[in-house]
Amino acid sequence: MRNTGHLRDLESEAIHIFREVAGQFERPVMMYSIGKDSSVLLHLALKSFYPAKPPFPLLHVDTGWKFREMIAFRDNVAHRYGLELIVHMNQEGIEQGIGPISHGSALHTDVMKTQGLRRALEKYRFDAAIGGARRDEEKSRAKERIFSHRTADHRWDPKQQRPELWHLYNGRLAPGENMRVFPLSNWTERDVWDYIAQEEIPIVPLYLAAPRPIVERDGALIMVDDNRLPLKPGEIPQQRMVRFRTLGCYPLTGAIVSEATTVEEIIAELEASRTSERQGRVIDRDQSGSMEKKKEEGYF
Amino acid sequence: MAETAVSRFTPNSSPTISATNEAAEANMPLLRFLTCGSVDDGKSTLIGRMLYDCQLVHDDTLEALENESRSYGTTGREIDLALLVDGLQAEREQGITIDVAYRYFATSKRKFIVADTPGHEQYTRNMVTGASSADLAIILVDARKGVITQTRRHSCIAHLLGIKHIVLAINKMDLAGFDQTRFAEIESNYRTFAAELGLTNITAIPISALDGDNISSLSVRTPWYRGPALLQHLESVVVDSSIASAPLRMPVQWVCRPDLDFRGYAGTIQAGSVSVGDRITVLPAGRSTQVASIVTYDGDLERATVGDAVVLTLADEIDVSRGDVICAADVRAEVADQFAADIVWMSERPLMRGRPYILRCGQQSTVCQISELKHKINVETLEHTAGREMELNAIGLCNLSLSKPIVFDTYADNREAGGFILIDRLTNETVGAGMIRFALRRAHNIHWQAVDIDKHQRAAMKGQKACCIWFTGLSGSGKSTVANLLEKRLHALGRHTYILDGDNVRHGLNRDLGFTESDRVENIRRVAEVARLMVDAGLLTLVSFISPFRAERRLARERFEDSEFFELFVDTPLEICETRDPKGLYRKARAGEIANFTGISSPYEAPENPELRLQGGTLAPEALVDEIIRTLEMKGIIDKH
Repeated sequence: MRNTGHLRDLESEAIHIFREVAGQFERPVMMYSIGKDSSVLLHLALKSFYPAKPPFPLLHVDTGWKFREMIAFRDNVAHRYGLELIVHMNQEGIEQGIGPISHGSALHTDVMKTQGLRRALEKYRFDAAIGGARRDEEKSRAKERIFSHRTADHRWDPKQQRPELWHLYNGRLAPGENMRVFPLSNWTERDVWDYIAQEEIPIVPLYLAAPRPIVERDGALIMVDDNRLPLKPGEIPQQRMVRFRTLGCYPLTGAIVSEATTVEEIIAELEASRTSERQGRVIDRDQSGSMEKKKEEGYF
Repeated sequence: MAETAVSRFTPNSSPTISATNEAAEANMPLLRFLTCGSVDDGKSTLIGRMLYDCQLVHDDTLEALENESRSYGTTGREIDLALLVDGLQAEREQGITIDVAYRYFATSKRKFIVADTPGHEQYTRNMVTGASSADLAIILVDARKGVITQTRRHSCIAHLLGIKHIVLAINKMDLAGFDQTRFAEIESNYRTFAAELGLTNITAIPISALDGDNISSLSVRTPWYRGPALLQHLESVVVDSSIASAPLRMPVQWVCRPDLDFRGYAGTIQAGSVSVGDRITVLPAGRSTQVASIVTYDGDLERATVGDAVVLTLADEIDVSRGDVICAADVRAEVADQFAADIVWMSERPLMRGRPYILRCGQQSTVCQISELKHKINVETLEHTAGREMELNAIGLCNLSLSKPIVFDTYADNREAGGFILIDRLTNETVGAGMIRFALRRAHNIHWQAVDIDKHQRAAMKGQKACCIWFTGLSGSGKSTVANLLEKRLHALGRHTYILDGDNVRHGLNRDLGFTESDRVENIRRVAEVARLMVDAGLLTLVSFISPFRAERRLARERFEDSEFFELFVDTPLEICETRDPKGLYRKARAGEIANFTGISSPYEAPENPELRLQGGTLAPEALVDEIIRTLEMKGIIDKH
């Protein structure tokens, strides 16, 4: 039986967007960041082109600091669906030894993520990059288009966005320019979880509560995922029952204390929750409007 | 480790729909609505209030909001709910909403997508964008001010974009003493105006967005009000379902060919429904067959309805590609290359009659021109006014002429199949939106009259090959001098020629045109047409026109075959042209006596890839003509001698 409620509406809209990308661009790619939104995105990509495979590769811009479970999950997914997976790490960043601990979150994110993404798009000459960003994530994202134009130097100009009417997407580009495309624009965090439950979509186990080695820093619960996290004097990792609402570089991603070990329990927890999703992200906190600044510079 | 994740999602441990998701359980479709009003009407406050009342404001957001309220807030007394929705930093600092922002919330009964658009006149394009996908519009009115011009503008645009459900939210009732008489008076005024437009489905609700009266529940301060609270109304309103019972339309987005045995057509059902075995016709080609199967990732379907994203396979092998529309065989969509449409202009550079734009309707894309601007519409008074061009935010009824036919339905019948966008060919910006009213009959009835003698035969009779030699450059660059010398030289070689000179043509054919940008576009369009007729007649046609805009020179070029058109750029520096000043025009322009003078007060867009660039400042006219003759010999237009 097919669902006729709002999840079906959102699913159809996303499939329509995926197919427009296939119809309008020469060299599309799907950004695969291993998180729950990426899992949903991949599921929708499989649906959009069935019985064919998605006509584009997956791209993971690796920073070298992802949780180990994320990397294992990523490799398994690509293998299971027989999809081409490109893993790109910013070589310059590696050579300079850039890391979140040695260089701070802002520089690390800029070099490894923002610059890394640009280099990858340029290297493979992709003209469209599909991403899992949602408008409800952050205020500046609320105005982002579904087909979001980037200049040849990857800049986003919030004042020069193309109006999007009906379901008409203008994907025309000048040489060197590219488009970021967001099929999940109209989804909320809740929709993502409901859809994961409804479609039984595999997700990285880090989203579910389990005892994990945790240190507390500036109010954030940081998981000691490997021995690269230098412990401060007297700091001893504690086993705590935690899960993650979003996944990124492990030293920059705060866990939340939770007992939710199933998707249903996560949804129930979300229902009662009083903090917003990106709260765990250290990079958004510096100042109001900071995401807007990063996006103008080319952050996804 | 990934296996761990998979095993957690065996069917046993994962119900298909979470029991807590009441919105999904209720199975109500999404409601997309638009809020219209200005900052002063309390629009952002209303949206903030709805989010707050639905408990969608998280603690950390609220905390951030308290900080921001101190810096940017306008309420003075408590947290400013409007700041919840004013997104970009620049807007927050200016205290206005500039762009379209989308907001999401759900009650236990329904999920909502709100398009939050600015109210001022200069943001009409943003409201139009938000309205294009909305089923309902909330029109905010300040109870103290009543129906004002802005209310009229919003209602007119909502109607133009096909929104059938209007909520008239009469806000700031707290400042009007919750006065029933005041409410009734505003409602009555509004209904009178709305009836003129043809809007009938109106629900008026007295509210205070600031205090929360009649938003999520009925207020004790309006005991006289008998209708629903705003959110109750939004939860229960049934939006027009006529599109579900309309004849089938499915535009093809992508052809699915995983292997040699499977060929399917991917798209979303835009209107009606389709079942296996149904007779369908593929437009514009018009071939008919039956639906063999409806394929989805979740298994084949017997029937698919409006909104379903599917892949159709057909019983017969017929040629179908992206942009084709699969229609019910008995009720086909229209196919035409000329139609009348309401256009909303969205670009700083005005719309010009005759200038080519890319028109995109569904998955179809073609070049079009505005052949006639019938009238502009004043959205406040509904009056019609005449005009040659449309500036930013203008709305007008236009006739369009396309370079090839497209498949469509009228906007009134099907918003998705009758709505289109216009794209600038040079910048790729989306510059306009249009709603198709009807196909023009002449598109069906006027066919090209085929004649037996063609241009090659006409040219051969004269012993030559015909072409258009287009001189472009600043006034005083030497175009006319060089063209004149060239014609003399060609004439001596026994060629049949003609010169179309800018100044001369303005004495006759184009005497009705001035020097504004739109008149210059029309000037070039006419000359390009005349030049084309002359080439068709077999002549070597020399055109000597400033022709300052790339778009129009491109338009001219497109009237000819590739080997027939030569763009010659007489590249003489402005300083030299100004020193020559053969007609004393530069002096007058500098003195401000001539408006829109190319190079001084109007731009000249130099050609990027002319067939020939002539150094008009350094070489003598005779030398330039030698250069042109060599090029024409090389291109095989005239024989070498």
